Amino acid sequence: MTTVVQIEDLSKHFVIRKEKSLKERVVNFGRSRKHREDFWALQGINLEIESGTTVGLIGPNGSGKSTLLKMVGGILQPDTGSVKIRGRLAALLELGAGFHPDLTGRENVYLNASILGLSKVQIDRYFDAIVDFSGIEAFIDTQVKFYSSGMYVRLAFAVAVHVDPDILLVDEVLAVGDEPFQRKCLERIRQFQSEGRTIVMVTHGLDQVAEFCDRAVVLEKGRIVTDDLPRVALRALRADFEEARQEERERAIASADPVSALPRAQFTGIAVASESGSTGTPVLADGEGLFIGMQIESERDLQDCVIEIGIANPLGVSVFATNTALLDIAVPPLGRVNKYNVFIPQQRLGEGDYSVQVGLTLSDGTELHRVPEAAQFSVDGDGRSRGFIHLEPQFAVLDS
Amino acid sequence: MTSTQADRAATLAEQPLRTAGPRLGFASGTLSSITDILGQRELLGMLVRRELKARYKDSSLGFLWTLMRPLAMLLIYYVALGKFLGAARDTPEFAIFIYAGLTAWGFYSEALAAGTGSVVANSGLVKKVYLPREVFPLSAIGSALFNFGVQLIILVLATAAVGSFPTGSRWGYFFMATAILVLFGTAMALLLSALNVYLRDIQYLVEIFVMIFFWVSPIVYPWAMFIDNVKSTVIQEIYLANPITLAVLGFQKTFWVGGDGRPFPDHLYTRMGIAILVGVLLLWLCQRVFARLQANFAQEL
Repeated sequence: MTTVVQIEDLSKHFVIRKEKSLKERVVNFGRSRKHREDFWALQGINLEIESGTTVGLIGPNGSGKSTLLKMVGGILQPDTGSVKIRGRLAALLELGAGFHPDLTGRENVYLNASILGLSKVQIDRYFDAIVDFSGIEAFIDTQVKFYSSGMYVRLAFAVAVHVDPDILLVDEVLAVGDEPFQRKCLERIRQFQSEGRTIVMVTHGLDQVAEFCDRAVVLEKGRIVTDDLPRVALRALRADFEEARQEERERAIASADPVSALPRAQFTGIAVASESGSTGTPVLADGEGLFIGMQIESERDLQDCVIEIGIANPLGVSVFATNTALLDIAVPPLGRVNKYNVFIPQQRLGEGDYSVQVGLTLSDGTELHRVPEAAQFSVDGDGRSRGFIHLEPQFAVLDS
Repeated sequence: MTSTQADRAATLAEQPLRTAGPRLGFASGTLSSITDILGQRELLGMLVRRELKARYKDSSLGFLWTLMRPLAMLLIYYVALGKFLGAARDTPEFAIFIYAGLTAWGFYSEALAAGTGSVVANSGLVKKVYLPREVFPLSAIGSALFNFGVQLIILVLATAAVGSFPTGSRWGYFFMATAILVLFGTAMALLLSALNVYLRDIQYLVEIFVMIFFWVSPIVYPWAMFIDNVKSTVIQEIYLANPITLAVLGFQKTFWVGGDGRPFPDHLYTRMGIAILVGVLLLWLCQRVFARLQANFAQEL
């Protein structure tokens, strides 16, 4: 394997100045320290990316993902450390960067493609393919300012996927256009992967990371916190998000005035067991029932509670979810300690690992507590199928 | 792993790791900057065409507007200065004289004005794609050169129309003057476009300087009139140290055939030669300053 991106001890800080004009600078000259603020966007980043891999950069807003991508693209210069790359690089940080509204689609294709590094001869060769991919042949000689936003991104994306990079940097631009077009884009990404191109993508679409990436890097406050398989990284990130949400909720409880304050109630214990009696992280046979036991402690008596139960796959994608309102069960008012038991007879889940999600809300939708991964279990299969549910298909050969 | 993947990995393995973005060294970066810019020739051409196409898009007269401004200026100066104030009285072929100066000055002022704003105007691109950023001021120069070319054609046609077409060794002045204009225009555009990113006041300053320096070159009044009024040789020398003044004089020397026999500064060729050398040096310096400053463009915009 060849290293195509090598990042060593990379740091970047931004100075946030609060004034810009000459007058303000002169007036505030002596006090200029006060008017600037250092902000470390990235600190001590070490990362090596091998050729042919697809790496997802994920993390909360403001964690430095896009900054890191721009440093790899050479758009920003590092303060310390170095970024080294091999091969041709194309950055899709914004679709249609450099599109000029007054020029026609055709002129913009040529301009944009040459900005992305294609030569005139190459553009001539790909031009029909680009227009074909975008699906807006009819408007190609119209000025782009008359395009709908969908047409605009379609054309921009079509140009972008026809560049021939070894390394492709993608920032939040995959989810564009209508569904058929999106599928076309994602197919294109797959094709890029099979051609051994390296893709580094920043995205908030965690499902995309799970689907496309070989590796995911979680950034938080400018540092790498996890660098692992997408499954592991996503779990870490989701746990992070959950923590942040809890904190926010705690703050809301703490800061609100006592009258309207959210009542404090939370899950204090969740356990799963198989019908056959194994506990801990039970392995269920096909068709075996599942018990979920839970305990909720509440500070004060609570009316109108709704308890949610769900099952999710290891990537956090919900496979099944329900709640007491949907089940038409009236939860009796919560006391200090409350215990519940849920039985799911004859589960028909496909082979694999699952986790149980639980949530407690008020009937008006206010969330009191949520546990995204309350307990784990796995389901054993007979190896005759894949997917989230287990079915018994009957295959028949018809006479021709 | 399929064979295309392995092939690509193998090809990549042969390439050395290179630093992302521009190289920084002050002197050592010159060569790599030049090769980077040369590698973007096609893009440069497209950007120039974009500026030209976009400028008068949707106007029914289109490119004709490029000519309207200098022609209007010509008319104003011809009537106001030439006739009312009497400058034309002892200046033969006054219209040709003014238009020669205006053509030279028009290029320089457009290069400065458009060049200064070029990086800021393209901030969307600077922030999203890595390109040698020199292409933005250079494309401004390119489109100014195009307009300059159009005006030159008119100037040449005009000299033919009045029956005094410049011939022979006169064109030597023209080529040297154009070299001065392009060198200094490019150097200033590079420097000012980079500074303008950090301090937006630059573009307003430039507007004022362009206005002042218009009158500090013998564009609408002949050199003879200047030396009549300013006897001090020191001030005359300072006046002639302005390379744009030399370029304007060079243009007049070429196209203003009717002005033969009128006074011109001594050693004009030598002076222009020196200006060209200084221009080359200045261009190199400005490019290096630009290269230093461009590192932080994306975050300053």
